[in-house]
Amino acid sequence: MKKVIAREEHCLNCKLCEVYCRTAHSQSKDVIKAHLRENPVPVSRITVQGDNMLSVAVNCRHCDKPACVEACITGAMQKDPETGVVTCDESRCIGCMTCMTVCGFGVIKSGKFAVKCDLCQGEDMPACVKNCPNNALVYVEVGGAE
Amino acid sequence: MNYIVPEFEIERNPNKCISCGACVRQCSYEVHYFDDDGKTVLADDSKCVACHRCAAVCPTRAIKIKKYDMAYKEHFNWTPTTQKEINLQAATGGVLLSGMSNNKPYPIYWDKILLNASQVTNPSIDPLREPMEIRTFLGKKPEKLEFDEDGGLKTKIPPQIQLETPIMFSAMSFGSISFNAQKSLAMAAKELGTLFNTGEGGLHPKLEEFKDNAVVQVASGRFGVHKQYLESGRFIEIKIGQGAKPGIGGHLPGEKVTVEVSNARMIPVGSDAISPAPHHDIYSIEDLRQLIWSLKEATCYKKPVAVKIAAVHNCSAIVSGVARAGADIIVMDGFRGGTGAAPTRIRDNVGIPIELALAAVDQRLRDESIRSCVSLVAAGSFRNSADIVKAIALGADAVYVASAPLIAMGCHMCQQCHSGKCNWGIATQRPDLVKRLNPEIMYKRVVNLINAWNHEIKEMLGGMGLNSIDSLRGNRLMLRGIGLSEKELEILGISHAGE
Amino acid sequence: MLKREGQVRIPSGCAISAVTDTLGKRFSGTDIIDSIALMHDRSNGLGGGFAAYGIYPEFKDLYAFHIFYDDNDARVKTEEFLFKHYDVEYFEQIPTRKISSIGKAPLIWRYFGAVPISKMKKNDYDDDEYTAKCVIRINNEITGSYVFSSGKNMGAFKAVGYPEDVGEYYMLDEYKAHTWTAHGRFPTNTPGWWGGAHPFTLLDWSIVHNGEISSYDANRRFVEQFGYHCNLQTDTEVITYLFDLLVRRQGLKLDMAASVLAAPEWTVIDSMSEKDKELYTALRTVYSSCLINGPFSILVGSKHGLLALNDRLKLRSLITAKKDSKIYFASEESAIRVICPEPEEIKAVEGGVPIFIPFAEVNG
Repeated sequence: MKKVIAREEHCLNCKLCEVYCRTAHSQSKDVIKAHLRENPVPVSRITVQGDNMLSVAVNCRHCDKPACVEACITGAMQKDPETGVVTCDESRCIGCMTCMTVCGFGVIKSGKFAVKCDLCQGEDMPACVKNCPNNALVYVEVGGAE
Repeated sequence: MNYIVPEFEIERNPNKCISCGACVRQCSYEVHYFDDDGKTVLADDSKCVACHRCAAVCPTRAIKIKKYDMAYKEHFNWTPTTQKEINLQAATGGVLLSGMSNNKPYPIYWDKILLNASQVTNPSIDPLREPMEIRTFLGKKPEKLEFDEDGGLKTKIPPQIQLETPIMFSAMSFGSISFNAQKSLAMAAKELGTLFNTGEGGLHPKLEEFKDNAVVQVASGRFGVHKQYLESGRFIEIKIGQGAKPGIGGHLPGEKVTVEVSNARMIPVGSDAISPAPHHDIYSIEDLRQLIWSLKEATCYKKPVAVKIAAVHNCSAIVSGVARAGADIIVMDGFRGGTGAAPTRIRDNVGIPIELALAAVDQRLRDESIRSCVSLVAAGSFRNSADIVKAIALGADAVYVASAPLIAMGCHMCQQCHSGKCNWGIATQRPDLVKRLNPEIMYKRVVNLINAWNHEIKEMLGGMGLNSIDSLRGNRLMLRGIGLSEKELEILGISHAGE
Repeated sequence: MLKREGQVRIPSGCAISAVTDTLGKRFSGTDIIDSIALMHDRSNGLGGGFAAYGIYPEFKDLYAFHIFYDDNDARVKTEEFLFKHYDVEYFEQIPTRKISSIGKAPLIWRYFGAVPISKMKKNDYDDDEYTAKCVIRINNEITGSYVFSSGKNMGAFKAVGYPEDVGEYYMLDEYKAHTWTAHGRFPTNTPGWWGGAHPFTLLDWSIVHNGEISSYDANRRFVEQFGYHCNLQTDTEVITYLFDLLVRRQGLKLDMAASVLAAPEWTVIDSMSEKDKELYTALRTVYSSCLINGPFSILVGSKHGLLALNDRLKLRSLITAKKDSKIYFASEESAIRVICPEPEEIKAVEGGVPIFIPFAEVNG
């Protein structure tokens, strides 16, 4: 499946991936409105960790055997058998955050529901990759196990 | 007390700023900072150099950089800039330093020269329909060719450099620019079929794979020069002078001499790399001759040797001497040429424009019937393809460009190269800044730029009824001056528009 | 006042024509006049001329100088120079017919001379080089005097007027040559100076040319490095000097020179065998400034033979035909058919591909 791969040697710590992730997951899809007018402000599914010297953007790995899916008590967290994308069905999520505690990568955020990267389903390319100014995020086919 | 008024002012639109902090993290000059609330972004205007990095990364275009609007009592002679420079020197006692190139309003002759086009008596040529040749060869040409009885070539041709465009990248050392910047140029040169130039910084081992597209420079500090280095380049360039700072050597401050730079230059980490003003083994033309032939001997006569000089008042005579001393290629660098760092007064006051130097030198070499013995490369600010077409018509074989590809890689001419804080990752060795320049992205932008110029050159050639750049070289009939004096026209060797 | 050739560069369109006999049989100028006359509309009456090879068999080893004089004073000065520098065996005014359409003529004389042995001992160059230098001196230094032909056993005849009138004026029907070339001129701006008509000649080179080359100044500034002076600022002049430089002075074969002037494209060279690639790359790099660009069709006469060459994009028409021992060239097919109604073979000259017809030993 195609995944977002972070290349830390190119990461600038500018965090524009976070800005565009929030925008992509906002009501308005407008960068200013999403940040200044929407309440709550959308949560970024991707997080840049580190500092200017060394930084890397971290988001869901869409694992082959996702611990979050296994741990989900309502069946809200699912891995699409065809695309491999792990998503949270908000209609079934009760916000218990078990998924967050079992995720080895710390990429599930808490909100009213569990919030995580959905690879911007429906778009050609996730917003974080599309807007990275330095090609530090790439969206590529990754074979084999994580 | 602040004697110095800031040059720029940051205007942040609070209706647009989303407090993402990209500007804060991206400004190496530390202009932007968060207020204690962690949300409000403030700015220290006095540190801003107008490099536009913050404005470029701002996702909401909330930042505008404006001229600092401070009124001075008007004085034609004592301008705000003049006063600022005096105050800087009064505070530090130092020589004023600048980066990039002469920014005084001297005449730019390219803008006073017009090109010809074919009408009726001969047809213009459509480059989309007909082959349009811009392949260029550099190197010494024999005066004539001789053949054996079977028509086979008897003359041994001195080594020639084949370029697929008359545009090369001028010398910028690893040290003065970042590894990533140099690598981008190397990658672009390879794809374009042209050359980049190592400057006086040695050839980084990781760039060995681009050696077929490298010019290796030998300058007065002899940094990074060894046999393998000389053999790596397509040609060897002896740097005597640079258009941005004729008569001045180079100084790479110790803080830029990182482990990598030190390895490439073969000098200790952290030590200042000082290139003397003259080569201390070249005090005269006969000394230059010895260096030229030593380098040829060292490389078994397989490499053309170029000599680069700054365009100065008597450059015609100097170039004639250099040609006779055995140089295969002569590079002339006009006073609008760029630099990583130069004393401001030198940058802005020494040397002459490349247009006049090139015209004078080409004519002088023809008067002496030795023009064909050398290739002439012009440098010193080519801003677009039309400048290049005009230079070739004046007599250049090829041109060197540097500022233009740097702009393609992000440079905004803030002229702070000497500070080592380049926010665009070009003129810096700071790893956090260097990585901002991703060669994968930037080489492609450089390739796009030169390809665009190649297309434009072909269009202009076709318009003039030419389908080979060979027929443009020295073809001054294709040029007319506009608003130039008799003397300027005479030196340029062109007629006035309307004549 | 209008400037004449040499003071200004004057572009012009043209008609050209040539007939040569591959067996070297000589024939009168009637055919060539008829051929160029048919292309009357391609000229505008401001210049016409002919070159004829094999016309002076009785003086075949002597340089034949054809000279225009503005006045008698120029003639006296020139003759003083000529008699000092040559053993002149014979000289006379060139006979002409009165033709109403040919306006005020200069004085037109011809001289047949050899380079004195005493002169040659002093110089380290050959007769041709000596003569080229003498011609350049007369043309540059003697006001009102212009040598317009200086080869052996050949001559140029030219004037301001339509070419057919020029032919009649010079009575070319009464000459016999094995090769004739002709030129009708359509200059866009000229006061009509006889010296500016074509063909242009130097020694036994004669060139007629149709087109306007865009590489002119690149070519001019290159040959001027070798001591040539492009005084007339015409394409034909600079092309003549290029041939003279490459073939006479540098020893290139004529076909090799042709592939310098109309060089193969790089894409063609790139696909050649290694040996040819090396050769043509060398030719194109060493002689890059000799490349002629823009539309041209030229007919080059010389002691070697007749060469026809078109620019490499084929931007000008040039047709060739063959019948018996004769080969024809002309800007238009009709100009061939008018003198040779049923040619055995007729075709367009290919762009950039030279056709060379070596001269046979002259018969009769």
